[in-house]
Amino acid sequence: MRAQALRGRDPLRVIAACVLACLLWLAGAPCARAALDPALLTQLGSDDPDVRVAAVRKIGASGEPRGAAVLDALANDALAVVSGRAVIVSGGNIADASTGDPLGSAPAGLETVVVNNRLRGEIDSALAGLKLSAPDRQTRLAAAKELQGSDNDELLPILHAALAKESDAEVKAILQLAAASLGLKSNDVEVRVRAAKALAASDDPQVRQVLSTLLTRQKDGSYPEADERVRAAAQGSLDQINRRLRTVELGVSLFTGLSLGSILLLAALGLAITYGLMGIINMAHGEFLMIGAYATYVVQGIFRSYLPGAFDWYVVAALPVAFLVPAAVGMALERGVLRWLYGRPLETLLTTWGISLLLIQTCRTFFGAQNVEVENPSWLSGGIQLAGGSVLPYNRIVILGFALAVLGAVWLVINRTRLGLFVRGVTQNRSMASCTGVPTHRVDMLTFGLGSGVAGLGGVALSQIGNVGPDLGQSYIVDSFMVVVLGGVGQLAGTAIAALGLGSISKFLEPFSGAVLAKIFVLVMIILFIQKRPQGLFALKGRSAEA
Amino acid sequence: MTRLFTPRTWMAIFAVGLVLLVVLPVLHLSVPQGHPLHVSSFWITLIGKFMCYAVVALAMDLIWGYTGILSLGQGLFFALGGYAFGMYLMRQIGHDGVYQSDLPDFMVFLDWKAFPWYWAGTDSFLVAMLKVVAAPGLIAFIFGFFAFRSRIKGVYFSIITQALTFAAMLAFFRNDMGFGGNNGFTDFKRVLGFPITAPGTRTTLFVLSGVYLLLALIVCRYIVTSKLGRVLTAIRDQESRLMFVGYRTLSYKLFVWTLAAVMSGIAGALYVPQVGIINPSEMSPANSIEIAIWAAVGGRGTLFGPILGAFAVNGAKSWFTVAFPQFWLYFLGLLFVLVTLFLPRGLMGVFELLRRRPPAVAQPAEQRKTAVEDKAVVMEGKA
Repeated sequence: MRAQALRGRDPLRVIAACVLACLLWLAGAPCARAALDPALLTQLGSDDPDVRVAAVRKIGASGEPRGAAVLDALANDALAVVSGRAVIVSGGNIADASTGDPLGSAPAGLETVVVNNRLRGEIDSALAGLKLSAPDRQTRLAAAKELQGSDNDELLPILHAALAKESDAEVKAILQLAAASLGLKSNDVEVRVRAAKALAASDDPQVRQVLSTLLTRQKDGSYPEADERVRAAAQGSLDQINRRLRTVELGVSLFTGLSLGSILLLAALGLAITYGLMGIINMAHGEFLMIGAYATYVVQGIFRSYLPGAFDWYVVAALPVAFLVPAAVGMALERGVLRWLYGRPLETLLTTWGISLLLIQTCRTFFGAQNVEVENPSWLSGGIQLAGGSVLPYNRIVILGFALAVLGAVWLVINRTRLGLFVRGVTQNRSMASCTGVPTHRVDMLTFGLGSGVAGLGGVALSQIGNVGPDLGQSYIVDSFMVVVLGGVGQLAGTAIAALGLGSISKFLEPFSGAVLAKIFVLVMIILFIQKRPQGLFALKGRSAEA
Repeated sequence: MTRLFTPRTWMAIFAVGLVLLVVLPVLHLSVPQGHPLHVSSFWITLIGKFMCYAVVALAMDLIWGYTGILSLGQGLFFALGGYAFGMYLMRQIGHDGVYQSDLPDFMVFLDWKAFPWYWAGTDSFLVAMLKVVAAPGLIAFIFGFFAFRSRIKGVYFSIITQALTFAAMLAFFRNDMGFGGNNGFTDFKRVLGFPITAPGTRTTLFVLSGVYLLLALIVCRYIVTSKLGRVLTAIRDQESRLMFVGYRTLSYKLFVWTLAAVMSGIAGALYVPQVGIINPSEMSPANSIEIAIWAAVGGRGTLFGPILGAFAVNGAKSWFTVAFPQFWLYFLGLLFVLVTLFLPRGLMGVFELLRRRPPAVAQPAEQRKTAVEDKAVVMEGKA
């Protein structure tokens, strides 16, 4: 109703507002600072959209700090033109747009300038142009990124000016690209050629789009870009970008391969200890992974209830728990069941399979058959953004490092500690080790505990990248055995190389054949490889007929 | 040549065979429903299924109990036989499928226009039977040749066969394989023109399974009592020594391995029309390990043991999954642990112990013998 009143030019009110405004202007005049041309600002209230756009562009190109406030107000529907003068409305008060001087309370029924989408886009790039000279690096960076999508060629001089005084390398690079994108729209052929060449440095998918549009024939057979030299430069840039993206892609698939390999390594490392060193076929090995993952889940629950402040660090706290719980279960298993079966590997296989069924069902009884939710702490979520939209997730990077750390720790334990010495001794010659006083039964128990504990650590890693459910271990058991068999029994280095190699090979095959066929292919390859080297990649040399 | 069975055993086999192959079918077909002596089709299907399992357990015993090779791929061969016969059953559906096409429904669904090459000839019963034998037989022969040639044995062999089974399961889950993907083959209508759910067809399949089980038992008995059987047992106990003496163990192992695969395959072919479905989950590694426990529960190295074990374990499974579904895995897991720990000779060992108890003189001799055997086993494992 009030707006209608103003539109109906209620004379009294308009006059009152004018008088008030004049008075306030007079009062504020002495403290006026750097000012924009008030005439330019009133054009913002024009009825002609082209005039408004032109005004916004000019404000953007002016480089006046005051312009940012005006454009912000315009974007937020807080700019009005009152009797030939642009004002900013804020909380019922108005202030002069060009100087910022307060003009008292807003007149009733004040109508702000309406902003449509076209104008909004213009405002954003003009604002970005203004912010380029901001002292804060983050603001400049955001502004430079904003400008990449703009086609306001009036900003070009500002960009060049900003480039000249910009010191930050990252902002500078983005500015250069923004200048190049704008340059492509220039009328000067030389500028366009230079711009097309400069764009080769960009990884933005939009840049590829822009360049390839320039090079695609339109329906009438002509190119959007008339000049041949510009097209050649654009083609060159496009090729360079594509080459670089291919390299990135290769790197990403290498990374995912290594990441899969690191997970296999964590799953297989414990098996390399129990099977490789002790000769125990542990079909329940996957279930120790599962126990580790569930231990993580329980620790997460405890942190959520009692230590919500330190929630981000629950994964670290889960590590010792996830090592000790499976290790305890493993030691109980070794003392209670497996030690009666030494020397009967096939029976061990069946027994441990039975134990795996028992563990799975116990887990279902306690935690339910459904998957439980394990949340990534904040420092494990997200990832490194790469060119072409690829992401290297932090959790996978951390797991890769973690797997190598666990490998190193296991290597140290086996090769540098007294327990490791005993383990190697018992592996080589049990009775002789026993004769020299090695407590073989205790060594058996501790070694099995170590292997199970390492599997539990693998479970922590798995809980951070996939579902945690009672069947978690089942899906890794065949793969882990393949890794150990391929790497050579009793060889830590072989296990590591086999795991990382298998991971990389299956990830490289996946784009061509799909995940399932890649898996089948890898399994068939292992079966064939075993033909050639039945002892795996790294075999112990020996002359035993019973290999 | 030693005789196959003692007259008393022949009598027992004859008696059980009579009940299974004559009495049960007659009670199913001739006694009207509702009569207390009527045997329902549920029982006919269930026992028919168990008899197929029993043959697989026998095959497992031949390869594991006698030759000492623990194969974790028996479920794969069983399923391959089932799939081979399932192809024939799919062709028998004719135009009665949902889409009324020449092709099975799942192929219409995938928008295929013609049968893939490996479906050639499956509309003929004879070709289908040939495939039932050839598919598991060939795969077992080729795989076994390479595995045994490079002297993969013991646990290594078990793990590799498990990987093979796992790979096959993944492959059969794919729709592009042309075997119906996840769902496999189902909705069969008829076999050799007879409606597949009719009591007559059902009973015929039941009797065929029984006859096949009997045949398999006699063939296995023939093998284990022959010289070949002696060599197989020797391979189990001291393979290296046998090789040093001059035997080519490769051919013996390959023979018994392929035979066991073909036996399982035919059992699968009889199993599929009775249960009416075959899908890739039959190939899951868990199923193959379960077959090993049938043989272990019954008693390895005896032929009646695995048959008994297959019936006992599967009977328990049927009962548990209805009565206490959540306890079945506990039971099965405990079975694996307790049987290997305390009953290395299975149920047959228990029976033998019970039977031998009264004559006190026989016991020490028996004990001494087993002690020697155990020592041999331990030494082999240690070496």
